Amino acid sequence: MLAYALRRLLLAVPLLLGITFISFMVIHLAPGDPVEIQSGDMAERNIREAYKALREMYGLDKPLYEQYWNWLSRIVRLDFGRSFAPDGRPVLTKISERLPITLLLNVVEMLIILALAVPIGVLSATRQYSNFDKVTTIFVFLGFATPDFWLALLLMILFGVQLGWLPISGLRSLNWEYLTFWGQQLDFLSHLVLPVLVATFGGMAGFSRYMRQSMLEVVRQDYIQTARAKGLAERVVVGKHALRNAMLPIITILGLSLPGLIGGSVIVEWIFAIPGMGQLMVQAAFERDYPVLMGNLVIVSTLTLFANLAADLAYSLVDPRIRVSRRRR
Amino acid sequence: MLMPLSRIAVVVAVVALAGCSSESGPPPAARSGTDSRPATLGIVATAEAADKPEPKPAAEATKAFGDTLVEASIGNVSSLIPNITSDAPSHEVGDLMYSGLISLGKNLEVEPELAKSWSFSKDCLTLDFQLREGVRWHDGKPFTADDVVFTWEATMNPKTPSPYKSDFQDVEKVEKTGPLSVRVIYKRPYAKALVSWGVTILPKHLLESYVAAGKIKEAPQNWTAPVGTGPYKFKEMKSGEKIVFVANTDYYKGRPAISRIVYRVIPSQATIFLEVKAQGVDVANLTALQYRRQTEYPAFVSAYNKYRYPGAGYTYFGFNLKDPRFSDRRVRQALAHAINKKELLEGVVLGLGREATGPFRPGFWANNPNVKGIGYDPKRAAELLAEAGWKRNDKGMLAKDGKPFTFELLTNQGNDERKKVAEIIQASLREQGIGVEIRILEWATLLKEHIKKRSFEAIVLGWGTGSDPDQFVVWHSSQSGPDDLNHISYANPEVDKLLEAGRSACTQAERVKFYHRLHEVLAEDQPVVFLYWRDALPTVASRVHGIAPGPAGIKWNFTDWFVPKQLQRYTAG
Repeated sequence: MLAYALRRLLLAVPLLLGITFISFMVIHLAPGDPVEIQSGDMAERNIREAYKALREMYGLDKPLYEQYWNWLSRIVRLDFGRSFAPDGRPVLTKISERLPITLLLNVVEMLIILALAVPIGVLSATRQYSNFDKVTTIFVFLGFATPDFWLALLLMILFGVQLGWLPISGLRSLNWEYLTFWGQQLDFLSHLVLPVLVATFGGMAGFSRYMRQSMLEVVRQDYIQTARAKGLAERVVVGKHALRNAMLPIITILGLSLPGLIGGSVIVEWIFAIPGMGQLMVQAAFERDYPVLMGNLVIVSTLTLFANLAADLAYSLVDPRIRVSRRRR
Repeated sequence: MLMPLSRIAVVVAVVALAGCSSESGPPPAARSGTDSRPATLGIVATAEAADKPEPKPAAEATKAFGDTLVEASIGNVSSLIPNITSDAPSHEVGDLMYSGLISLGKNLEVEPELAKSWSFSKDCLTLDFQLREGVRWHDGKPFTADDVVFTWEATMNPKTPSPYKSDFQDVEKVEKTGPLSVRVIYKRPYAKALVSWGVTILPKHLLESYVAAGKIKEAPQNWTAPVGTGPYKFKEMKSGEKIVFVANTDYYKGRPAISRIVYRVIPSQATIFLEVKAQGVDVANLTALQYRRQTEYPAFVSAYNKYRYPGAGYTYFGFNLKDPRFSDRRVRQALAHAINKKELLEGVVLGLGREATGPFRPGFWANNPNVKGIGYDPKRAAELLAEAGWKRNDKGMLAKDGKPFTFELLTNQGNDERKKVAEIIQASLREQGIGVEIRILEWATLLKEHIKKRSFEAIVLGWGTGSDPDQFVVWHSSQSGPDDLNHISYANPEVDKLLEAGRSACTQAERVKFYHRLHEVLAEDQPVVFLYWRDALPTVASRVHGIAPGPAGIKWNFTDWFVPKQLQRYTAG
């Protein structure tokens, strides 16, 4: 297994190179460049000569492959460069400002979804076509189909404007600095309730359906029949034997969703005025802020590759069939 | 002074519905979705009495210091040096922290700011400023003529990414003629000269080394410690969340009454409105729908005052005049007659705007009040089209030489108003037998691939106008190169002459003749169909006193706003 892991890690390097190269080219395909967009793409003719100097400063006048090479030679030294936006701050600073809140929201959302989706999936499968199954199916698909921003606005109106129980937007109240420590924590939490609610409701469908499907397959297997024949309690059959096997695909999916944790949901962030990664990236895309876009890309691709590897390794750890089949090869 | 309206349109009036919303998603956030020129040269209103309900009578109108004003900002501030950025949020906060040599008063008249007096030479080529004494930067250092010269040099430095170089392109030199006096020498008479000095002045002693090294963005001034001469000092900023300012007690015009200003960054117009309803925000811009239908209930009316004044931007239906179909004036006039502008106004902005007859704001001195717009007259439209050789074919569409009259109408994504305008145009022209296909594109793509390459047939866009009527860059025939702003390729020799004359005269009395005539010619020629000027619809918490709406809007005397002691809400700090 160690050899397998090492081989995958080595493969990751050329993969990353390929990913960053192709993405770099594609990003630059979009018309417009940061100098024009910032300095006023509708400025008068003789001022545009000044843009030449700016383009030189940013290295935008060089051919694309040369720009890529420059960027790559800095990235391997972990120098992500500075943003092209008027604030000109280091890319890593901008990303690290926004990452924590996005991570927090996404992790909390994922945990809640797991905590709800697994039991729902299991129960739906064991009570297939029952009322419970039908009701939860409708419920999760409703969540999937509902537009985030619409639901968000409805909840904001109900809880924020009419009942006044929860804050409407942002992360902290204006008087946050003057609250006690626990007051601050409570305030922060109350700001997170609605965003997490909205995100969770939308994300329930995926996991719960996977769980249900996986459980349905497992429950039809012969070994479950055997377990029942042995006289084990249904609770043990389902809760121990079936569930463990049904969880395997979920582990894979979890691994694959790890990189998604750092990508913010743009809609939720936008509506709730949460300064997260989603907004940062959308803005960078519109401004053609290449260093920030590439910086984010590197982080996400690296994470994806590692998460894939981790998921595979975890899977083989958990599922003896994979371990054995690999050894036979 | 012009700015592409597409940019300020997103901030000033995204028509969004709260709740069941046809929101067009996250706004095209180039510079956080709001881009426009500095507020002092920007949103400006007419001389007509602003249409507004009477604000609550000031119970005790004794000016008192204190309280905090919470404003909402749709976009993120991208820089604390407004001179290197063109987005509206950065300029709004920039106007709190910095000052220009001049500013604009209630009726758009030029007022002394950092300059206490000025004079033009007879040939209009030299402008002398006498600067105010005793002004200090927020860090205590004295303001001098050096700072003015420095601001100009920094802006024009090729390593400084400033969108305002074009403001100074006609400046030959800026020289210091005394510790508190500055002389600006122009290459040719520049009518906008005075107004262009509303630009924010920067501190030489803090930025000199950074500008020389081409690293102005890295100066602490840009993000962490901006120093200006303005009425408010920077306190703190949490990027994407809020920016806090405190009153400058040494402000040369007297300490502003409101102690603290907080800008909350809230990217969604719908959320801002909900915050206003929950009284979490004190100042916000309303959309037409919110103004008309969603803010009439008693709780709102007692907590807020609504204001309305004509905005500085107009929307137009433009043509590529190189296209032989549109180069015929009769066709353009016909299209203008085919559109019912009153209905358009009602449908798109619920009547909260006014018809546009030309490129000047109604009530602005350059606007010619005698020019009548092209009225809704579908019969006349049909006649003109027939004159121009268009006949109905067997499918009921207009056609000439076997080809039916259909064209593609482009506009930019993220602007609900323009989408509605395009749809109304499509419907109106269908009645005339003209087929219109609407295509909505992302702004940068629209600009680069279509506008600049002149690869379009018709567009729905807007122009923002500033406090100076010069529109040379939009209408002059020399300005139709690929990177120029006359993208409709308009060429009219009389218009050319009027534009040149207007920009070289430097007294208003002389210029007004040219611009009035220009207005007449453009209205007759209809190079574009001028549609409407949208109203600005701000709302302010009713506890704030001192608001005096005028042609310049409501923020022209921001430093005079106050909250009486017993109404103050936020008393920390």
